Amino acid sequence: MPPPLPSALRQFGKPRINRTASPVLALATPWLLVMLGSLSPIWPVIASAPVLPPFGFLLLVGWQQLRPGLFPVWAGWPLGIVDDLFSGQPIGSAVVLWSVAMITLDFLEHRFPWRGFLLNWVVASAFIGGYLLLALQIANLAGGAASPMVLLPQLAVAVLAYPVAAKLVGLADRFRLIPIRRL
Amino acid sequence: MAAPNNRRSGYSRRAQYGNFFGYLAAVVGLLVGISLLVVSTGNAGAFSGLRTTAQDSTAPAAKAAAGARTGGQNLWSVLSGYFTSGARVARLEREVAEGRVKLAEQAALMEENNRLKAMLSLAQGDQRAVVVTRLIGSTSSSTRRFATIGAGANQGVQVGMAVRSPLGLVGRVIEAGRTSARLLLVTDTDSSIPVRRASDGIQGYANGLGNGTVQIRLSTTGTNPLKPGDAIVTSGSGGIYRPGEAVAVVVALTPDGAIARPLSDPGQTEFVAVEPLFDEAPRSSEIAPPASAATAGKR
Repeated sequence: MPPPLPSALRQFGKPRINRTASPVLALATPWLLVMLGSLSPIWPVIASAPVLPPFGFLLLVGWQQLRPGLFPVWAGWPLGIVDDLFSGQPIGSAVVLWSVAMITLDFLEHRFPWRGFLLNWVVASAFIGGYLLLALQIANLAGGAASPMVLLPQLAVAVLAYPVAAKLVGLADRFRLIPIRRL
Repeated sequence: MAAPNNRRSGYSRRAQYGNFFGYLAAVVGLLVGISLLVVSTGNAGAFSGLRTTAQDSTAPAAKAAAGARTGGQNLWSVLSGYFTSGARVARLEREVAEGRVKLAEQAALMEENNRLKAMLSLAQGDQRAVVVTRLIGSTSSSTRRFATIGAGANQGVQVGMAVRSPLGLVGRVIEAGRTSARLLLVTDTDSSIPVRRASDGIQGYANGLGNGTVQIRLSTTGTNPLKPGDAIVTSGSGGIYRPGEAVAVVVALTPDGAIARPLSDPGQTEFVAVEPLFDEAPRSSEIAPPASAATAGKR
């Protein structure tokens, strides 16, 4: 369940009769949120080891699980390019991995349409683990030589951060559907 | 929540085509990604123009954010600061009282420290910095360790310049945009710095491990003379880094060298100085692609 909104925001779309959600807001919010997550390297935290979870990927998986079908199945590559520009991975890394994740999540969605949050979390954790490991392999292809053990703290943080990302997605989902457009 | 069942598009031609082309676009995107990856893993400099443009465009926001970051904060102190501020104020007040007493002792120690540092010939602050700027970001989730600084070609930053903080070497510029530049941190697994032990000049290499430490590999074999606490400085061989800059301190020994912790933790560093190129000739042949290949391609 998404958390309740702050009262100021709740008053924001108050006259509900004869109102509908703004299509611009409803369509742009998910894309912008994932791109903001990809911008985490410019956040004011400087790390000498990979410790922060891949926020862009967490939010993408979160959207795909909360609102399956909202992102088109090809959304992995445009969002992946944005992530690659900032992440420090070789360009193309997120394009490939996010595309594969979107296609696989779409398949899982149609194969197992009814899931609880716990199952979503388990599935997301498996995706995060696979993503981090493959991203490491790709970074090593392009000149790095890090051992997979480096990933363990990051994997733990990312798995624990997934519910937070899912809550954030829920909040953004309520925000994007606020009825502000007069019919 | 179950998805709207887009797959069974019924009799609508439009829905059928939309569905089909959606999957087609996903697979084409995947294939394009693979080809991008082949190009960018084969040539580390590929797409650097695209990357630096993206970095320049976000540099103002990143600088503002970095300005809000007070010195000496890493991720955990940012998070824990929210929970421990009350207890911290009490502790700080007590420490101020103790600190006044210790200040007098410190003055004496500092004098001794300066004398010892002069003896070890550790470089003390470089006056000839190209520019002094902020560290405005670092790759936080990738295993590659890159950082961004808030100065670029407009301020005279060039590829290959060494970057240091007051405590020691931070890294080396590998891509210079107009108003921002990208550094290879000393902890990156691709970074290899020729170093020596400060006290006696045993030569070796400091290779990043990707987890915040560096591996010291000695050029000599046989017994391992390193001890925990040894200061490691650049040796200047290879001509990229100026000799005598502090790099790391040994924390643990390995059979063929040691694990060392860099002195300048980027998370604790706010301002860095970009140093002018140390030695022109070997740098250009090592970092830039060969000039003959570039011109041959144009002809």
